[in-house]
Formats: sequence, structure tokens, C-alpha cells
Amino acid sequence: MSFQVIEDRHPPVTKTGVLGWIRSNLLFPWYNFVLTLVSSWIIWSIGKPFIQWAVIDAYFGTKSEVCSTTSGACWAFIRDMWPVFMVGVYPEDLRWRPLIGLVIVLALVALTCIKQFRSTRWLRFLWLLSPVAVFLSIGGSETLGIEVVSTDYWGGLMLTLVLSAVAMIFAFPLSVLLALGRTSNLPVIRATCVAWIELIRGVPLITILFMASVVLPLFLPAGTELDKVLRAMVGITMFFSAYLAENIRGGLQGLEAGQYEAADALGMSYWQKTLLIILPQALRIVIPPMVNNFIGILKDTSLVGIVGLVDLLQIAFATTSSPEWFGLLEEAYVFIAFWYWVLCYSLSRYSQHLENKMDTGR
Amino acid sequence: MSMPEVKPLEERPLDKRPVVIEMKGLNKWYDKFHVLKDIDIQVRQGEKVVICGPSGSGKSTMIRTINRLEEHQTGHLIVDGTEMTDDVKNIELIRREVGMVFQQFNLFPHLSILDNVTIAPIWVRKMPRKQAEEIAMTYLERVGISEQARKFPGQLSGGQQQRVAIARALTMQPKIMLFDEPTSALDPEMIKEVLDVMRELADQGMTMMCVTHEMGFAREVADTMVFMDQGQIVEYAGCNDFFNNPREERCKAFLDQILNH
Amino acid sequence: MMEKPKVPLWRNPTVRARFYQFAMLAGLIALAINVYQNTLENLAKRGIGSGFGFLANEAGFRIGEISTLPVFKGGFLWFLAALFFGLVASKALANWLKQKHEKIGDKDRWILAIIALTVVIPLLVLYLGRDTVETVQYTESSSYTMALMTGFANTIKVTIIGCILSTFLGLFVALGRLSPNWLISKLCKWYVEVNRNLPVLMQLFFWYFIVIQQLPNVRQSVNIGDWLFLNKRGLYLPSFIPQESALAFCIAVAVALFSLVFIWRRSKRVLETTGEPGKVLIPSLAVLIGLPGLVWLVGGTPFALEMPVLKGFNFRGGTGLTPEFTALVIGLTVYVSAFNAEIIRSGIQSVSKGQREAARALGLKERHVMRLVILPQAMRVIMPPMTSEYLAIAKSSSLAVGVGYPELVSIGGTILNQSGQSVEIVGIWMAVYLSISLLISAGMNWYNARIKLVER
Repeated sequence: MSFQVIEDRHPPVTKTGVLGWIRSNLLFPWYNFVLTLVSSWIIWSIGKPFIQWAVIDAYFGTKSEVCSTTSGACWAFIRDMWPVFMVGVYPEDLRWRPLIGLVIVLALVALTCIKQFRSTRWLRFLWLLSPVAVFLSIGGSETLGIEVVSTDYWGGLMLTLVLSAVAMIFAFPLSVLLALGRTSNLPVIRATCVAWIELIRGVPLITILFMASVVLPLFLPAGTELDKVLRAMVGITMFFSAYLAENIRGGLQGLEAGQYEAADALGMSYWQKTLLIILPQALRIVIPPMVNNFIGILKDTSLVGIVGLVDLLQIAFATTSSPEWFGLLEEAYVFIAFWYWVLCYSLSRYSQHLENKMDTGR
Repeated sequence: MSMPEVKPLEERPLDKRPVVIEMKGLNKWYDKFHVLKDIDIQVRQGEKVVICGPSGSGKSTMIRTINRLEEHQTGHLIVDGTEMTDDVKNIELIRREVGMVFQQFNLFPHLSILDNVTIAPIWVRKMPRKQAEEIAMTYLERVGISEQARKFPGQLSGGQQQRVAIARALTMQPKIMLFDEPTSALDPEMIKEVLDVMRELADQGMTMMCVTHEMGFAREVADTMVFMDQGQIVEYAGCNDFFNNPREERCKAFLDQILNH
Repeated sequence: MMEKPKVPLWRNPTVRARFYQFAMLAGLIALAINVYQNTLENLAKRGIGSGFGFLANEAGFRIGEISTLPVFKGGFLWFLAALFFGLVASKALANWLKQKHEKIGDKDRWILAIIALTVVIPLLVLYLGRDTVETVQYTESSSYTMALMTGFANTIKVTIIGCILSTFLGLFVALGRLSPNWLISKLCKWYVEVNRNLPVLMQLFFWYFIVIQQLPNVRQSVNIGDWLFLNKRGLYLPSFIPQESALAFCIAVAVALFSLVFIWRRSKRVLETTGEPGKVLIPSLAVLIGLPGLVWLVGGTPFALEMPVLKGFNFRGGTGLTPEFTALVIGLTVYVSAFNAEIIRSGIQSVSKGQREAARALGLKERHVMRLVILPQAMRVIMPPMTSEYLAIAKSSSLAVGVGYPELVSIGGTILNQSGQSVEIVGIWMAVYLSISLLISAGMNWYNARIKLVER
């Protein structure tokens, strides 16, 4: 018997084709079939009424009077009010300014996506400047002659994003210091950092927000005024510095001891070692958990409603209590849920993507 | 009327002994990818089969079908007189009689060495713990680990772990042993201690199928050699024929590469 | 002999380290003094007193959901003493056995001794001195302290129920995701993706303002077999009123549950000596039904069932769960269950494929593979993040303030508004949550140390 190469054949249909797939994934054995029935029923009983309400019976016109009569969703409300959802009660004739802020950020993101520009110095410089530019475009400045819009008028998705971004920007350096402090071998510094981190991680965000909004003003010298948004920012920043610090500590501890030893062997001082060798590597490892942290911030900013700010979540209640659109909470909810979900889900996919890239990169 | 003389099994020539593993026209696909093509193999009691071939040739997959760690789609597989089907009962029956040793040892890290070795006799053979422990200790002694019985897998070296894994399979007193690259994950100085245990096992007449690149060991122990490439059996011959005058070019090239460097 | 070269002070690492730490400490103290003075000044300006004296003042507001609170008198100390003695004695017993290279689990009599020392004797002491424990309920004329205690009890109630429900829901969703059934696995995947990417407060509001508001009025309640009633004002369930034999009945149930341990151990012993599994099901059922049944027969019905009945504008009798409570529990459960499901799923998947294969190759049945090999290893991975989720439930229960369920933060908020004692209230909040957190993490550390894998 001499050897002959056997050509690849196709598997039998009942085992691996479409039929085989259906058989092994949906129908076989019997309990699998029951599960298929149960889940189909769940999907049907949730999906059908929702689609009936949101699409089939829905009203897509613009007249607000129709809303009280239709049995489905009244999307006229969203068509009319969506700018309010985006920026809250920000003066109508100045709404282009938050838009400019958005354009600045999106332009930078787009530039970063282009490979040639990614690690250029001028792009990094622009990124560093961007928070200031965005702040100026939204808040204005008297000295530069841009009309000032008080934070009392900030709201909606814009407020949610601004709060999250500010928390991230300020919590980051703080958390690096906390993480370094926690891993330091100076007992007083370590104890202080541990106390700060554990205290904050042990209590709910809402108590910290209350603290920032009612207790913090008492701590400051008499006569210092802090506006509501600023107080919320302080609270959220404090809160997330602790969680970020724990992530970064994870990165610091994830580094091999050899890295520390090599840096010591080269005769580097503590700060040289930390800034040039340790942090660049540790921070790279913790980017995916940091993105997850940012998702947490984004979701948790919804708590600022409880201390009186009107973020994306509260806008749903604010708009639906106006006489014209009274009680259209479901529509408002679908709209804000869409925004929260798209933002958080895409960020979580991005973090997974980074994680996969890192795993294969090693 | 003269009675035919019945020799004890061990003294009979190989081809007179009963077949314990038989594959007939066995085929397997991963999705659309054809990994095993028309495999035909017969293994007789006490036979030592060594399977070699380049990586990705399907040799691991083939021996893993024998205890249903991989499912085959067409063809027949008969182990110890039982045909392997979807029937859970048949699968359990066959797994009891077939021991397996893995490349990565796969000891249970949360159990002590003794518990690792006794878990199967107690839960599968329903053996009283005392008896299971006695048997386990005899096998641990045979592989030279009896002093470490109360330790945990994480505390042993790779070679020691692999010897425990062999003892674990043997405690079920299987009729057939499968070895899936048992020495590939080991440091060179530990390979010998594992091969010694396997050699001893072969001397005692165990039916063995072994995927390995250790050609010295194969030449010494194997009755039959199988060379696989791209999911099919390229050369299937007795040990001497295989090493001294392989028929297929591919097989020659492979042997040259693996023996001469 | 060579003399050690002198190192200038500022280049000596020890001196440097001390200096940095001293500077930090000084800075912190200066900050604290500054904050303290500012606060005093600010409080004086606003005419707010300081200190915790206000807690004794009359609260004067209504709380929608009141738990009965125990008040302990001096005699209660005897119970604590008995409990403490029991724990110390158990520890001593364990140490003594350890010297003899035995474990408490080795013999039934040691387990019995531990149960007697830590459960039976303290409870007996408590029963003998039962007049030392009184129960009180919050009323409008109660003190702020009572109001905060009521809030704390409500926090604990929501946390415990939320932990239990979210664990089971998470487990089901995780198993669904791991199921070979494509449809159910996709369904569970999207359940997770939707729930964990929406803010929890938004979900609470969804259940409270949208779902529960959609429910019918009291008169048109959804009636499920005359047992459950669901309407805008909440969920009404039958309640059990304890009768004379209730105590005996409870003891019988407890004894029956404890004896299960022994039945199970006996069965394991039988399995190990004869190879055949000892009987479990029939003896367990006999004990579980028999003992309480006997008490029932002798002492009469232990609990009277009280059905909710619609009278006038509302339900009388039975147990009513307020819409706030219902929304809070559902919202927290659903949100956290999504995270729990991911934790459980990745825990099970973290056990390497080789482990499953090795167990199968040994001939273990699928359910034994799961029980003996996969779960014990998965639990080590699952427990730490799961504990953080339990902590998260305790902390997120504070969001109840958004839907008006009277737990610690919500009641504290009311008191804060009434009295203006913000520093004290925020201090109390933080102290309470911090204690809960530390308690749970201490328990977790103990558990992790116990189940840690032995490595080289």
C-alpha cells in the first residue's frame, strides 16, 4: 500500500453544517430545546411590546398636541428638545460654543487616529492645551473677552462629560502620587495614603458628594465661595483618585522586580527610576482598567443630581415636567439610556480591544 | 482431538493477541477544517505504539479521540470491545479503562498529591478511601513520590508532577495508557526520570499509545511506529522497519531532521 | 582599623527619609488645624452648634418604613459574655486538636461541642434573660438617634436581600452565558451588556418612576392567586403571625438543619468505608419534615397565615413592601447581578481547559468534574471580586435617597436639613459605611488566606 495524499473533504452536514449548528446549538439534547423555547419567549415578550411602542404605534411628527392622544412613543418631544438634553439650560444663542468644544476634542481624536501624527510632539502639546480650550469655549473668560456662562447654566450630556473629564484629569496625577505613596517604604507617607484610599473606597460616593457640597465650604476660610459644579467636581475627583490609585498600584506591583533592580544598578535616583522606568511601564499596563474606571465615573456622575445639578439623568425629569411635554418620561428615558449606553459600551469595547492588543503584543 | 495449546497472553506474539483499540475510517473536522482523515489503526493488547509527526499533524487529536476528549464525526472507534458513541454510558465505561497523561500534567492544584491520586478510585470506582489510599501509595512508591504524598502539586518540580500524573492514571488500574507529549513541558534533566517510569510501565506489559518526539525512547520501547502529517497516517510500520528503512520521503525527511542535530 | 567616612546629614538616606516624613506630618497637622479653625469660625457665623448632643433631640418627622429595633439592657451583657466565652473556648479546642494533629471536622463530637459552645449556650442565656432585650419602634417623637438606627436597619435589610438575590440571579445569567445553547447565551450576554453600561441610579429611577408607576391603582391590583397583590402602592404578601408554639417550631427547624450536617457526614463516612454512598435524601427529609412536624402536631400551628385583604382604599393585613423598597431591591439586584454574572463566568472559565480534561479522562461524571475540580478552583477566583460587589451593594443602597426609601443616607439627609449639623451627619455616615467595609474586607481576607493555594 503506497501513500496517497487525501484531499480535504467537507464534514457531514448533520454534524457541522448549518443543520449541525442548529442541532447542537439550539435543539439537542431536549433541555437545550426547552431553553431555546424559554429564551425565545423572553425575547418576544420584551421585544414585541417595546417595538410596538417605540416604532409601530409611535408618532414621529413634530406637533406636541398629538402626544397626549397617541398610545405609542411621541418622538416629537425628542425632536424638539434634544438640544436641551445635550447642554441643559445653556443660553440658546450661545449653544455653538459647547459645539466648538466638542469639535476641538473630536478633531484631536481624529488626528490621533492617524498613525503619522500619533506620537508627534505638537499633537501632545495640543492635547495638553485642549482642556483649557474646551473650558474657555464652554465657560468663557472675562479677561479674554469671551462672554462668561455661569456654571448654573451648565447641564445635560455636556455637564456629564465635563464632570467625568475633569474628574479624570485631576484624579490621575493625584492617584499616581497616592499609588507611589502606598508602595513607598516611608511609614508616615504610606500610612497617609493608605488611610486616604481606604477611607474613600469604604464609603459611598453620595456621602462624599454631600461632604463636598455641605461640609467642604465649612472647612475653607470664611467668605470663600465655591459654586455647586466646582464642589461636585472636587467630590468626584477625590472619590476616583482612590480607585485609580488602586489600579495604578496594581500596575506598579505587576512589574517584575528586575526592572527596579536594573534601574538601581544604573545608579538612578528614586525620582529618575520612577519617572523614567517604572511609571511609563506601569501606566501602560493599567490603561485598560483605567478606561473601565472612566466608565465608572461616567455612570456615577449621575449622582450629582442628588446634590442639585442637572446632568443628563436629571434633564429627563426637568424636561418632562414642562407643561408642553408633561409625563413623557419613557421617551426621555429611552433617549438618555441610548447616550449612556453608547458611551459606556463603546468605551468598554475599546478597553477590551486594548487588553487583547496587549496580550498579543507580549 | 488435540486441544490447541493456549499460551498466556504475554507470551503470545503480538498479532495473536486481542485488539483493544480499533479505528476504522475515522474522520474529524474542526468546523470546516479536516483534522483527521480516514484513520485506520489497530492496537493489540500489550502493544506499544509511538506516534510522531510535525506539530499540527493531528497526532494529539487522534489519541484524544480515544477517550472522547475530542469527538469524531465519521468512522468507527472501538475501545476494549465498546464502540465509542454519543452514549454517555459508553464514554464513561471507556474512560475508566483508559488512563491519560498530559503534556501540562494537569494535576489538580487545590488537592494534595494523595487526594489527586485517590479522587478517581473513590468517585469513579466507588472504592473505600482506605483501600484507595493504599493503592495510591503503592503507585506513588513506584514512581518514587511516596514521601511527598501530603504536599500540594505547586510544591513539586515538573518531573515530579508528571510522575504523580502517571501514578494518578495508574491508580484507576487502566487497561490502556495514553501519553500526550508527556515530556515536552519538562526541563532536560527531568525528562529522564519520567521516561524511566514509562519504560518500566512498558516492561510490565501495559498497552501504551504515546505521542512523543523522544526517538531514543521510541526505538527502545515501541512495537509499532506511526508517522502522521496533515491529519493522515503517512507511515505505519514496525519499529525496526520504521527506523531502518522508512518508505515515505516525508517520513525520512522528518527523521533526518529530528535525529541529526 | 579604618574609620568610617563621615556622611553629610542631607546625604544620609535615613535622615532624608525622616525629614520627608516629618515635613509631611507637619503639613498634615497644619492643614488639620487650619480646617478646624475655619470650621469653628464658619459654624459660629451660621449659628450652628457642634458636637453630637443634637442626636438626643426629638426627630419629629415620619419614616415610611419602620423596622423593629432591639434595645439591650444590662442583662444582655451576659449573652455577650456567653458568646465570647464560647468563641474563646472553641478557639482553645481547635488549638488543642491542632496539637494532636486533628481537625474539628474529624469527629462529630467536636462539631457538636462547637455548636453547643457558640450557638446553644449563648442562645439559652439570651432566652433566660429575655426581659433584658426590649423592642422599640420609631415614632415621630423618637430621637434623631432612633431615626438613624432605623435607617441603618433599613440599609442592612436592603443590603442582605440584595446580596442574596443578585448572587442567584448572577449565577443563573453566568450559567446561561456558558450554556451551549446559542440563543440563551446571547440573551444573557446582552442582559449583562445592557445592565452594566447604564448608571445604577438611572435604573433605580426606571423601576420606580416608570415600571411601578405603570402598575394599576389599589382597587385594580394585579391579583396572583389571592396571595400576592401588586399595585402602585407596592407589593402585598401574606404574613406569618407567630403563635405559642412558634419558638419550639423554630428550634425544631434549627435542630433539623444542624442534623443535616451530621447526616451528610455520616453518608461521606459510609462512602469512604464501604464504597457505597450512604443514604442522604430519605434521612434528611425525615428529619426536616419529622421534627418540625412533630412540634406542629403537639403544639398546634406555629404560625398563622394572614392574607392581605382589600378594605376601603388600601390593603389590611399581610406584609406590604413599599414601592420604594421594591424598586430599590429590584434595581440594585439587576444592576449588580450583571457584574456578578461576569465574575462567576470568568471565574469558571479561569479554570484551565486541562483541568476539565484531566478530570474527564479519569472517568469522573460531569457533575463530579464540576463539584470536585472546577468549582473549588473557580471559587478562589470568584470570591474576592464578589466581595467587592457585596460591598458595592451596601454602598449603592445609599442611592435610595433618590427614590425616598428611608435608609441611613436618606434619613441622615433629612436630619441634616433640619438641624444643619452637616459635619456630624457626614461623619456618622462615613463611620458607619467604613465599619461595614472594614468588617466585610476583614472577613474576606480571612477567607482568602484559608483557601489560598499552596505553592512553592
